[in-house]
Amino acid sequence: MTATPGPPPALEIAGLKKSFGKAEIIRGVDLSIGAGERHAVIGPNGAGKSTLFNLITGRFPPSSGAIRLHGHDISGKAPFEINRMGLSRSFQITNIFPRMTVFENVRCSLLWAQGYRYSFWHMVNRSRDLNEGAEDILEQINLTERRDLPAGVLSYAEQRALEIGITIAGGANVIMLDEPTAGMSHSETDYIVNLIEKVTENKTLVMVEHDMGVVFGLADRISVLVYGEIIATGRPEEVRSNPKVQEAYLGAALEAEH
Amino acid sequence: MTEPDQKHTPPPARTPVRARPAPVTLANALPWILGGLFLLAMPFIFQSNSAITIMNQMAITIIFALSYNMLLGQGGMLSFGHAVYMGVGGFLCVHIMNWGDVFALMPLPVLPVFGGVFGMGLALIVGSFSTRKAGTIFAMISLGVGELIAACSVIIVAFFGGEEGISGDRTYGLPFFGVEFLHQIEVYYLTAFWLMLSALLMFLFSRTPIGRMANAVRDNPERAEFLGYSARWVRFYSFVAAGFFAGIAGGLFAINYEILTEENLNLATSGQILLVTFLGGVGFFFGPILGAILFTLLQTVLSLQTEIWQLYVGVLFLATVMYFPGGLAGVLMMHALPLRLGQAGLLVGPYIRTLVPAVVCALGAASAMEILFHLRHAALGESEMTLFWITFDSHAPLPLAIAAVAAVAGFWLARRSAPAMAEAWHKASTPHGGAA
Ligand SMILES: Nc1ncnc2c1ncn2[C@@H]1O[C@H](COP(=O)(O)OP(=O)(O)OP(=O)(O)O)[C@@H](O)[C@H]1O
Ligand SMILES: [Mg+2]
Repeated sequence: MTATPGPPPALEIAGLKKSFGKAEIIRGVDLSIGAGERHAVIGPNGAGKSTLFNLITGRFPPSSGAIRLHGHDISGKAPFEINRMGLSRSFQITNIFPRMTVFENVRCSLLWAQGYRYSFWHMVNRSRDLNEGAEDILEQINLTERRDLPAGVLSYAEQRALEIGITIAGGANVIMLDEPTAGMSHSETDYIVNLIEKVTENKTLVMVEHDMGVVFGLADRISVLVYGEIIATGRPEEVRSNPKVQEAYLGAALEAEH
Repeated sequence: MTEPDQKHTPPPARTPVRARPAPVTLANALPWILGGLFLLAMPFIFQSNSAITIMNQMAITIIFALSYNMLLGQGGMLSFGHAVYMGVGGFLCVHIMNWGDVFALMPLPVLPVFGGVFGMGLALIVGSFSTRKAGTIFAMISLGVGELIAACSVIIVAFFGGEEGISGDRTYGLPFFGVEFLHQIEVYYLTAFWLMLSALLMFLFSRTPIGRMANAVRDNPERAEFLGYSARWVRFYSFVAAGFFAGIAGGLFAINYEILTEENLNLATSGQILLVTFLGGVGFFFGPILGAILFTLLQTVLSLQTEIWQLYVGVLFLATVMYFPGGLAGVLMMHALPLRLGQAGLLVGPYIRTLVPAVVCALGAASAMEILFHLRHAALGESEMTLFWITFDSHAPLPLAIAAVAAVAGFWLARRSAPAMAEAWHKASTPHGGAA
């Protein structure tokens, strides 16, 4: 594989392990996600899906193993360094800026991506790209009406939408979403899935999702994480018919769907 | 930098969106124009030298408090040692005043810049390690550094002048268009100029990318890191900027008082600016301005009336922390919504029914306090005292009893009408709450 010429995979993970104290939560994960692929990570509660996300995005340093983003080693790098390389993520537990307005939340997510860095010589009000970009995102996540409210007072579903807005605002080319539709109603889920589909066009998407309808509708490939190990990776129909997966997870999950 | 830069490609063109007005509008500039006119006019309204001295002190405190709020309100950094940056800036400026050859070539209005740069330099050094973390660690480091520099003032005598401090003479500077700053009023306009400039710059700072990110890091440092920003460096830049403006305030202090002592950088002064800022309100840019005005008035006017003024300031601070955490600015801005809804009228009645007894309670309690203080501290045989233009015998039981009754009755009445007040607030802040 590594000998083939051409662009490196968007994300490549090899021998990744993570222990918290004595407990080994990620127990040797290998995974390669190609550029432009939509990849879903599924698995039972407590399998380590969020932990895997946290390792990739720099929230925790791995205990061992390698993580490469577009061929560059990112293991052990700080979240902001990884983000600057074009990877953006959302959180399972809503993680926004509660005292700032909804609009400010989104505008702040655009700043680094638009190249403002630590500038103290630009006025944020005066940049067309910045403000129109933020309005555009607000429009997409249906929060234009709420733009001047403190984000902390939004409803749960609205905060989830904002969470996604913040994640996609910067236009990163690898987007990782941790249970984006958790706690959303049917119609909200449909809307968000549509949005995700739209904004991740030609981008790499990695998502954790419990809603199998969403997973099988959206993903090009699926990995099943059980107890810190990937027991299967493949196209949706392969994963669906894999007996190991049936046994460990999907049987129960698909039943719950119906 | 070999990092791939795909993130910086512009997003694809989308359907038209509402354009945001970007230019400076009159509505934006109006508060600043009014503020400037106000500063110009003040000396014509309050002409006495002592009034001008008070206004100068106010202006310096405003700059200092605004700079403090860059940390506390904007950046979420609780500092117990901010006086250090003002202090060192001030000390440096006095040294420059005493450096005859150089000072003779320097117009006085330029001097605060050096205070600012020096304050910034120190903030650069301290910030490089203190801003790694916010919260308790930052607070503790600020306390430690504050203590350290205050201790240095008796060790590094050449710079801090030991216990007497150091003094200079501002009038040795190069005359500025013929002005030698012999008169208070000239110093007033110099100070007012720097007040306008510093306040405007600090306001603009809050509108820059780094200023916005300071808010983001205050709210949620972890999330900010996933947007490409190092929370630590965001805090660092705010910290350095705050050090600069504190140093400007220090330079103005040096010009006004021509002396700096250990008191200018000790923990008491640092604690005081925290109090001033919180009293005014950390949630709005103009909050610290109100706090500085109120505090300076209490400090200068109230302190002439009573020896126990600090007790009242303490009670006021406690009441603010407990009941109005948004400070004065927060209380004022609470009225914005009822006003916008045209329902502020609903508040008038309940306000009167609550505030009048509350004021009676406060005056009663204060009177009782004053009488007790007089009892304990007046010279032997001196039992006559004057309170609210009434002269009476502080040793007689009746005045104390009246004061106590007023306090208790006022408290009881205010408590009784408080629920109605809360309900009126709710009604006034709800759309159509007052209709029908
Ligand atoms: N910071 C941490 N310290 C210690 N243990 C942790 C930490 N983070 C996660 N864990 C543990 O790791 C295990 C996996 O957690 P993780 O959140 O990754 O699961 P998950 O697959 O995302 O589950 P869910 O579907 O419920 O979100 C859990 O047992 C959890 O308690
Ligand atoms: Mg999880």
